Amino acid sequence: MAEEKRLMKGNEAIAEAAIRAGCSAYFGYPITPQNELTAYMAKHMLDKKRVFIQAESEVSAINMVYGAAAAGARTMTSSSSPGISLKQEGISYACGADLPCVVVNVARSGPGLGGISPGQADYFQSTRGGGHGDYFHIVLAPKSVQEAADLTYKAFELADQWRMPVMILADGLIGQMMEGVIFQPAIDPASLPRKPWATGHQADTHREINHISSIHLVPAELEASVRARFKRYDQIKAVESRYEEVNVDKAELIMVGYGTSARVALGAMELARKQGIEVGLFRPITLWPFPDKRLGELAAKGKRFLSVEMSMGQMIEDVKLAVNGKAEVSFYGRCGGMIPTEEEVLAEIRRILKK
Amino acid sequence: MTEKTFMAGFGGQGIISLGQLWVYCGMKEGKEVTFFPFYGAEKRGGVARASVIVSDHEIASPLVTAPDSAVVMNMDSLPLCEEVLKEGGTLLINSSLVKVETRRKDAKVVKIPCNELAEQIGEVKIANMVMMGALSKVTGAVKLDKLEAVLKTFFPESKHKFIPMNLKAIEAGMAAVK
Repeated sequence: MAEEKRLMKGNEAIAEAAIRAGCSAYFGYPITPQNELTAYMAKHMLDKKRVFIQAESEVSAINMVYGAAAAGARTMTSSSSPGISLKQEGISYACGADLPCVVVNVARSGPGLGGISPGQADYFQSTRGGGHGDYFHIVLAPKSVQEAADLTYKAFELADQWRMPVMILADGLIGQMMEGVIFQPAIDPASLPRKPWATGHQADTHREINHISSIHLVPAELEASVRARFKRYDQIKAVESRYEEVNVDKAELIMVGYGTSARVALGAMELARKQGIEVGLFRPITLWPFPDKRLGELAAKGKRFLSVEMSMGQMIEDVKLAVNGKAEVSFYGRCGGMIPTEEEVLAEIRRILKK
Repeated sequence: MTEKTFMAGFGGQGIISLGQLWVYCGMKEGKEVTFFPFYGAEKRGGVARASVIVSDHEIASPLVTAPDSAVVMNMDSLPLCEEVLKEGGTLLINSSLVKVETRRKDAKVVKIPCNELAEQIGEVKIANMVMMGALSKVTGAVKLDKLEAVLKTFFPESKHKFIPMNLKAIEAGMAAVK
């Protein structure tokens, strides 16, 4: 039987989806605008006899995630921009130790303490390996409450499949707004595939001790380990890039936007159509791996692009790399917690197309 | 049909509940909905605002920038609503607290004495429900025919005794629209 459609905040939908995806250990520390996520976990995880800990800091929470992941749990932490910066050391360690976990960033505006309004200025940090060392991890960007829930299930799957942290990069608007959402059925954590690499239970099973660490003091060994991980990155790039396209064939100009910006761009597209201007939208769903192949194909067809962001221009660098000089790429962005309006984006479209 | 509504009042007037119940009912009536509260350092007495959209189609931007209708629950909200309302849009004004005329001559103005009507029913706190009844009557975007069931899930069991009063407020709001 299909589940009933529920009205929920994005933050709550991510939390509910995580529980249903079999998250058995959540560690968090409060920060606006993601607090409903931690609150939902506090309310529901203990009932299900799962682990919920409000840690003493963000640094502590991500290291608890490291421990739970090493013990084989489906585990998650969530925060917002300044808190995610604090977690970067732990994310780097988890990447170095090949530990699957889910990290949710309900991003706000920065830099520094910045403001609590929505922002997309954490794109570089999320997609370039925000901590130290040579690494990447998958980054998923939902555009709606429904997709926030769907991508949360997906994040746990991908984390386990590729043995890496997966980040859900939302923003304060996606987290705070309410929309209808239908959840997929709950997964019994006991039914999930075993993780033979995990630590623990050696005394019961007498199996060989597993060591989980990111340390390699012999340079040649470390190089081999990083190279092996980058081979996996190539495989991920080949199969995991996701995107949505709207009206790209007819479009004179294709907007590129993710999350909230994509919703605004979609509105601008509707306004443009009423004025007889055909524009399209290319929406990356995975920010890493960035769907560069498809964007390159569109550039080869002679399309021009407008990157719409809630930042001073970060994703535009990936758009330019994908387009590789074959097409013009323009930018429109707001920052500091301001959300671009459909009307502003339309005005920019008209300016570029001289219409 | 797409009805974009901007709602504003002071913290404590039930703007957030009004917006949530509006979209909850819309969703139960088969519509696509979004509700986005302007979160910040709001507190009782500060300005509370919400962007609310109900549509037959997929909703693009959840941020309402040129609303078809605007709900003005107190004096401070009037300039906010006047600034954003689209050309020829509808201003629904709580005339119990807003005693001045709007400067938006293009707007369709609907005045509802929400506080008085709520007090007549017995509780000034349900002034927001009176306004929701008026909003339904004026826009037709949400019929509110599933409100009773929605209130049963929205309120905890201990508050169910207040449901009949809320339904009366909705009716009063609908009736107040001439």
